[in-house]
Amino acid sequence: MTAILATVSAKRLTATPGQIALALAIAAFLGLFLVLPVATVLYVAFTEKGTSTFTLVNIYDFVRTELFMRSLWNSFYVSAMSVVWASVVALPLAYLTTRFAFRGAALVQTLGFLPLIMPPFVGAVAMQLFFGRNGSVNLLLDDWFDFKIGFMEGLNGVIFVQSVHYFPFILINLSAALRNIDRAMEEAAQNLGSSGFRLFRRIVFPLAMPGYLAGASLVFVKVFDDLATPLLLNVKDMLAPQAYLRVTSIGIADPMGYVISVVLVVASVAAMWLSALALKGRDYSTTQRGGGGLARRVMTPFEAVYGYGVVILILALVLAPHLGLLLLSFATIWSFSPLPDAYTVAHYARVFGESSLYIKNTLIYASIAGGIDIVLGVAIAYLVLRTKLVGREWLDWAASAALAIPGVVLGIGYLRMFYGVTLPDGTPLASFWIMIVLALAIRRLPYALRACHAALQQISVSLEEAAENLGATKARTVRRVVVPLMAGGILAGFVTSFSTAAVELSATLMLVQSNSDAPLAYGLYVFMQSAAGRGPGAALGVVAVLLVALCTFLSQLIIERSQKAKGMGH
Amino acid sequence: MNAIASISTPALAVDIEGINLSYGANHVLKDVNLTIRPGEFFAFLGPSGCGKTTLLRLVAGFNQSDTGRIMIGGKDISNLPPWKRDVGMVFQSYALWPHMTVRRNVAFGLEERGVARAEIERRVDIALDLVGLGHLGERRPSQLSGGQQQRVAVARTVAVEPKVLLLDEPLSNLDAKMRVQVRRELRDLQRRLGLTTIFVTHDQEEANTICDRIAVMNDGVIQQIGTPMELYERPANLFVANFLGTANILAGGIVDSGTGRHFVIDGGIRVPIASDATVPKGAKLVFRPQHAGLTGPESPSGNALALPCVIAHREFLGASIRYGVRIGATEVAVDVPFQSGEELLEIGKAATLTLPQRLLLWLAA
Repeated sequence: MTAILATVSAKRLTATPGQIALALAIAAFLGLFLVLPVATVLYVAFTEKGTSTFTLVNIYDFVRTELFMRSLWNSFYVSAMSVVWASVVALPLAYLTTRFAFRGAALVQTLGFLPLIMPPFVGAVAMQLFFGRNGSVNLLLDDWFDFKIGFMEGLNGVIFVQSVHYFPFILINLSAALRNIDRAMEEAAQNLGSSGFRLFRRIVFPLAMPGYLAGASLVFVKVFDDLATPLLLNVKDMLAPQAYLRVTSIGIADPMGYVISVVLVVASVAAMWLSALALKGRDYSTTQRGGGGLARRVMTPFEAVYGYGVVILILALVLAPHLGLLLLSFATIWSFSPLPDAYTVAHYARVFGESSLYIKNTLIYASIAGGIDIVLGVAIAYLVLRTKLVGREWLDWAASAALAIPGVVLGIGYLRMFYGVTLPDGTPLASFWIMIVLALAIRRLPYALRACHAALQQISVSLEEAAENLGATKARTVRRVVVPLMAGGILAGFVTSFSTAAVELSATLMLVQSNSDAPLAYGLYVFMQSAAGRGPGAALGVVAVLLVALCTFLSQLIIERSQKAKGMGH
Repeated sequence: MNAIASISTPALAVDIEGINLSYGANHVLKDVNLTIRPGEFFAFLGPSGCGKTTLLRLVAGFNQSDTGRIMIGGKDISNLPPWKRDVGMVFQSYALWPHMTVRRNVAFGLEERGVARAEIERRVDIALDLVGLGHLGERRPSQLSGGQQQRVAVARTVAVEPKVLLLDEPLSNLDAKMRVQVRRELRDLQRRLGLTTIFVTHDQEEANTICDRIAVMNDGVIQQIGTPMELYERPANLFVANFLGTANILAGGIVDSGTGRHFVIDGGIRVPIASDATVPKGAKLVFRPQHAGLTGPESPSGNALALPCVIAHREFLGASIRYGVRIGATEVAVDVPFQSGEELLEIGKAATLTLPQRLLLWLAA
């Protein structure tokens, strides 16, 4: 790809030397830290141990091992069921808030995002306190009705935690799709005699389907790849935990970890490919003219009672992990009782004392990763949208492909590829903290790229042409016109990268070699492993949630201000 | 033409009585009353924001009025929801559902009415043939041109044999050439079906060319109802005169002296008013550019009114020449037929504007 870029571009002179150099640099970065590590994993999975002979024996071993096949099935089952339950939660919220004149619709949409700013495994601990075998709900049920419900038993626990955590992906996409439906689409159906549920089934739902599918496939992939949640709930017979356990317990030479990685990648790619296939030719948003969005109906009293009831129930469920975490962070002892026995601030003292290192590391790592992402994001978006450089789409695809690479796989790839490379002082490159940052940057690049892409797309080319016409070079035009106009989008990209990188664990878990290099999510994980660590762990979790929430809020504020200043706001 | 026999649409009158509609403090429709005759092609014409689309959506049931009622064929439909009204609406954006083929789009309304499957297919064929798209039934709307999409939208609407056909700016998304063709097709189709049709537009040419009668609207009020020619020849007020065609307007005051009434144009020129002319209070003198004539500065013979003027500018329009002429401080347009070889009046020169008494209009706001 690099070679094609260079020769063809030079021959046809389709780009300036600066653009070609930029494209090559990006290609080199993506090649080194995304393509090669993943290729290494593939290579190891398909070669005999220690040699370069092609073989399928590792795959055969995988298929023959009952534990792996069970893990594969469990991962599928958990992901599919999580999609189902996430839909059950998201559908009514999306429908009620977009279709009805619903008081607090904005609040619901905002609270709906809340789960995303907390690592799912942190939620898992809090959920256990509420819904576990001896959690608040079951203790009360046992007291009053003499029975318990196994919300958190085995795979059900993983499904429960994941659906509550990831349903916002469906909520966001589905709400956007519902809002984008041209009002005339619905009115035309009413005009021809359709109403009520038939109208929803035949017109509204099919038109919102692309949004739903996009969200659902994302949930599936996320759950399939998640490592920490099953581990914390002590569910080991799923694929991602198996890959992690093989590599950490048997070592990076064991081929099974790689085979599992290949299966993880294949499953992710397949899920995304299937949803893309289903969506093909169904991007309705561009085929619709006019605007308005669906008409909002006023609810009848009965509908209102029912609607608000459903919303309150769902929000209680969604907020349960946060509430549990907060209680836990102030609790002295919380065991076999619906609420903690007594309260203390000692956990916070400990977190801000000895554990402040975690917070510092996280801020550093996530900031650098976010910085790398927006630089790459702006550069790739610019090359794709504004130049005719041959092979520019490849950069876009490669960067976006990171979405389909599970963190575990990237971690294993880095370990394998960079362990042999040593720094001048003799430590392996793979254990250098920079690798964690790079892994985070690669993992979050797709988000930042989409944000930058969208921002650049909205800028009229004539603004740049005007600058060039007045004597600015391409590079100066980018600096003085393009980047300032993209500022809002760039910031949004940075915040998305930063806040998700701050709570990311799956790649980090593989790459953290010493406690002093560990970020917050890792520290959380370590704390949460032991019963005694749960108090400080929860305090750390609260800090993480607040940190991310604060950043998101601040960036929102800045974006709104800058848009108002530019007269782009409403 | 066989198709036409199989789509049976009624010709019903539409009565709109005492409609008022407000959005908060914004009074969008003010005491609207009108009757549309059975089988008539009727236009709501006016600038954007005049309330014409709101009125159309009221007929379709997408808006609720504060007062008044709407009757179709003598039956009050004001309290029916949109899906029970049986009025067919063609949307400005066409609103074709992108997840359905053309056939399924056209079949939708029939399916909602519980028509038998075989009958649905038969009537879809008829409706598509009617608009000349029988061969494109399996396409998706996005695979059609703008003109074709528009025809699908019409077919989808007439397939259910509605009581009234509503067209919301149906030509606005087409290019100029298609617009002329499609408006003829719409008119032919309406004639053949004999279906009462309401057409909303802001384009006076569209309304003039295809409609039997027009209601000119401004600011939520119906200014005048009439045939295109009536509206042009006898506009009820300055707005209508201005909105349909070009109108020259001269401000001034009426002086009633012993010798009869005179109109004194701002600047001092006196124009005698015919004794039989009705002149409303606060009226201005209005005339069309092609009704005036221009000669040299020497006074013309005959009994036309002669006003001294100065040529301000000149535009060649092909069949005619449009002169911009200053009378006092006011500039008016005068169209003179172009004949090759004829000498043109020069810019900056004095000239005489001639006006035939019987074509003068006296209009108030």
